[in-house]
Amino acid sequence: MAKSIAYEFTKGLWKDVPPFRLVLGLCPVLGVTTSLKNGIGMGLATTFVLLCSNILVSLLRKVIPAKVRIACFIIIIATFVIVVEQMMQAFAYPLFLDLGVFIPLIVVNCIVLGRAEAFASKNGVIKSTADGLGIGLGFTWALGLLGAVRELIGTGSLKGDVFGLIHWDVPNIFGASFEPLGFAVQAPGAFVILGLLLCAMNLIPSK
Amino acid sequence: MEYIEIIVATIFVNNILLAQFLGNCPFLGTSKKMETALGMAMAVIFVLVLAGVITWLIYDYLLEPYKLVYLRTIAFILVIASLVQFVEMFLKKSIPALYAGLGIFLPLITTNCAVFGVCVLNIDKELGFMPALVTSFGYASGFGLALIIFAGLRERILLARVPKPLQDTSIALITAGVISLSFYAFRGMV
Repeated sequence: MAKSIAYEFTKGLWKDVPPFRLVLGLCPVLGVTTSLKNGIGMGLATTFVLLCSNILVSLLRKVIPAKVRIACFIIIIATFVIVVEQMMQAFAYPLFLDLGVFIPLIVVNCIVLGRAEAFASKNGVIKSTADGLGIGLGFTWALGLLGAVRELIGTGSLKGDVFGLIHWDVPNIFGASFEPLGFAVQAPGAFVILGLLLCAMNLIPSK
Repeated sequence: MEYIEIIVATIFVNNILLAQFLGNCPFLGTSKKMETALGMAMAVIFVLVLAGVITWLIYDYLLEPYKLVYLRTIAFILVIASLVQFVEMFLKKSIPALYAGLGIFLPLITTNCAVFGVCVLNIDKELGFMPALVTSFGYASGFGLALIIFAGLRERILLARVPKPLQDTSIALITAGVISLSFYAFRGMV
């Protein structure tokens, strides 16, 4: 039992990392990853919604009628998205402005609904918690990685913080003569760099 | 004239898929064949315009007067979900030919970020009724245009010899990047 809970948690971190392995929920992956801090902020907001919705869906799985389950899931998810929206407006306003329309858009993120439908509605609370946390954190590191790569190529340095708790500031990693490649932080760069990262992931065997 | 400007801006300059990154799941998911891409494009244009208008009305006449603005997310997603269901039922009954064409794509639209995103953007930018309608139509057409171009390119890529690690999604994303780059040329037009 304990082993399978650990499995549900760790599979999200590597085997089923959402944007790379499952290729789901790509809109925020492409849209907000102009920097490491935006990527991590978006990832954590999604993790919160995913975790809460997984727990609630799992608790209510015997009560929700099968025919209207999708509508019920969407309402549960939307409720937690509103919670995140309000919390971020109160405590992390600059990040909220940076992420913009992508915060309300968590409600239509395929990953969140996908986990509710494919996992939480069939499994117990503890397993669903592990699953939600694992997939959420996997999503967060994937967004962080893409954000870091784009920020490094696009500006040459890394700078930011997560909710004022952790700060980082890495100036000019490629030396002073490096000319930042603006392409990386603009729209076309998002597609190309994500495509190349996927290619790199394909080179590493998934086992 | 103002409306022409909005149309050009929403289709080319701020293309919803290639510049705003909304609706990328169906963009990658339904672009393997031209036929499915056409079906999806039509379905999105149809639903997005309706959803844009209805959510605008609900926000301005229901949520704002009663100070329920914080319920926007939940209200909009419910409107979109029930609208999709309603459109599906209506088409099935009255225009079976169109229903057969759009069929499987309609339910998918509920979780299409492009629809929800445009509704939220219309409100965030505080557009009036007519501009919101034209904006929704423009974004939807931009979605269709990008999707059809992309599907055409992907059909050709199938014939090319792509290195193994780059196959499928990876090469599709890089192709999308190249299309996005060409749409960049429209910048500064409006």
